Amino acid sequence: MKGTSEMASADRFISIRKVSKSFGAFQAIDDVSMDIRQGEFFSLLGASGCGKTTLLRMLAGFESTSKGEIFIDDQPMSDVPPHHRPVNMVFQSYAIFPHLNVRDNIAYGLRKQKLSAARRAEMVEDMLDLIKLPGYGNRKANELSGGQRQRIALARALILRPKVLLLDEPLGALDKQLREQMQLELRALQRQVGITFVFVTHDQEEALTLSDRIAVMAGGKVLQVDTPAGLYETPKTRDVASFIGNMNFFRGTVRRNGSAMAAIEAEGLGTIPMSTAELTKPDGAPVQIGLRPEKFSLSPTRPDTGLAIEGALRTASYMGERSQYYLSIPGKDEPVAVSSPNTHRLIGAQDAPEGQTLWLSWSPEAIVILETD
Amino acid sequence: MSSYIKRPNRALQLYAVIFLIVLYVPVLFIPLFSFNDSIYVRFPLQGFTVKWYGELWTREPVWNALWNSVKVGLVVSVISTVLGVMAARSITRTRIRGKGALVTFIMMPLVIPGIIFGVALLVLLSRMGVPLSLYTVGLGHLIICLPFAVATLLPRFEGFDPSIEEASADLGENGWWTFWRVTFPMVMPGIVASLLLTFTISFDEFIMAFFLTGTDPTLPMYIWGQLRFPKEFPSVLAMAALILFVSFALVFVAQWVGRKGLEDQE
Repeated sequence: MKGTSEMASADRFISIRKVSKSFGAFQAIDDVSMDIRQGEFFSLLGASGCGKTTLLRMLAGFESTSKGEIFIDDQPMSDVPPHHRPVNMVFQSYAIFPHLNVRDNIAYGLRKQKLSAARRAEMVEDMLDLIKLPGYGNRKANELSGGQRQRIALARALILRPKVLLLDEPLGALDKQLREQMQLELRALQRQVGITFVFVTHDQEEALTLSDRIAVMAGGKVLQVDTPAGLYETPKTRDVASFIGNMNFFRGTVRRNGSAMAAIEAEGLGTIPMSTAELTKPDGAPVQIGLRPEKFSLSPTRPDTGLAIEGALRTASYMGERSQYYLSIPGKDEPVAVSSPNTHRLIGAQDAPEGQTLWLSWSPEAIVILETD
Repeated sequence: MSSYIKRPNRALQLYAVIFLIVLYVPVLFIPLFSFNDSIYVRFPLQGFTVKWYGELWTREPVWNALWNSVKVGLVVSVISTVLGVMAARSITRTRIRGKGALVTFIMMPLVIPGIIFGVALLVLLSRMGVPLSLYTVGLGHLIICLPFAVATLLPRFEGFDPSIEEASADLGENGWWTFWRVTFPMVMPGIVASLLLTFTISFDEFIMAFFLTGTDPTLPMYIWGQLRFPKEFPSVLAMAALILFVSFALVFVAQWVGRKGLEDQE
């Protein structure tokens, strides 16, 4: 059974077990447990102050754990100082050594490896090729742009072939276009080198674009760990659903008639038939359901098939590739957000006037049942 | 109407010029009279001469005193700068309670009159039976110089991102190597500035030396001793002019090095 144990180990390449961290009275990390697989691009996503950077710094060894243990490749890390950990980090500020040129920055960590000068120069050149900055070896640190510094910081860490690369919001300081370009490059680079990346970000779009899996964090806790599609399509809680994209929330009650039929009676939406596999709660139980704005379709007349309700248009915003509408529906206080792709050119077309009646339709499969708090 | 940064104002320019003249003209009389061919310091000037400088050259005690001051200055500047580096590093890199109070106590000698430290040290040392010597002068100078060293070095340590040291640790270097490969080169301009500044302070210092000198005088002590002899006065002026020049040069170099270092780090 050697195969299975190796599999298990690769699945728990980084294992965070019941880890807590407090600074005085402030609980920065609150009983976090999760596993990160070997070779995956894993993101820690959350608003500022959620503990994501603290957790990353604990992986690097810059912060100790108050409770619990972190294992990297089956080795407990508690007593291992930063300079002996098999991880390297790309800092938010990049932390390029200002007194060294690009070559010496990249070669900084090679001192202990006792390489020949020629071998070292060759490794640096390989790295400069990898980050697409060949010939930059003699540049001074203060002659580099933000994007170049970011690449040097990556090269300086990757040249040591770490088991894990930690990235602390490395794209945060870049402008939008450069950031999008670097996202693609970072993803390609990670595939190329095959090193496990742990990436901290507050930008949900960035996390969705880059990651194999994402841990959504808030208040020092991990709310959900899932793939980007999993987080978006099947968020477990209201917090996760509203942090990743937008979501309309509806309160509802479970209606059951024997074991064959199940439905949710939701405010404003009426009775929605559900599959009994998905809806396990008993008759009369309160539930909270969510529907993404783009899962609704809008039409001026009642559609022939599917579930539909009537709503009155409150506001419409044209946003380029899509338009955002808010409609009030009977039986619900807050307006419902609807996002509709602009598949036809709208030149000269009048937007629907405020107050106009439109039909909203959706399919029951689009309904997400959320955990009630 | 106009921008916040105003155009030069005539009255203020005039004030600035007068201010600088009042500040430096008395000092400029020293080199002026050091080239005057008369033992009396008075106008009109009698003619240009460099004989006072030549006379200075032949006097053994002057050079002994100068050498004493240089020895004390070198030792004091090195020790106070090393202590300053250690203090600035702990203040900026560790979580210590009462940090503000600590910094205040370190800086206190800047505002306590030297005469008080001088008397206090003299009393203490004589009670302990320590003979006065250049070592005791150095001890007094260390007290005066340490706040200057810390004040020069602290902004250098505060000025750089702590994640640069973390990056070094992350790339596999322990504290010792991180200090020598990253911290030291980065605060180097501050260290040079501190060495020059503390050397100058020690070299010029009089009050502490007055209380704590044994049989070997420092240069300021020697000059003070010579003031009683009118014939010696012109060569004292020549000596003073030389010291003035060297002090100015050192302070300017210290300033220049400090500023250059800051520019290098943007």
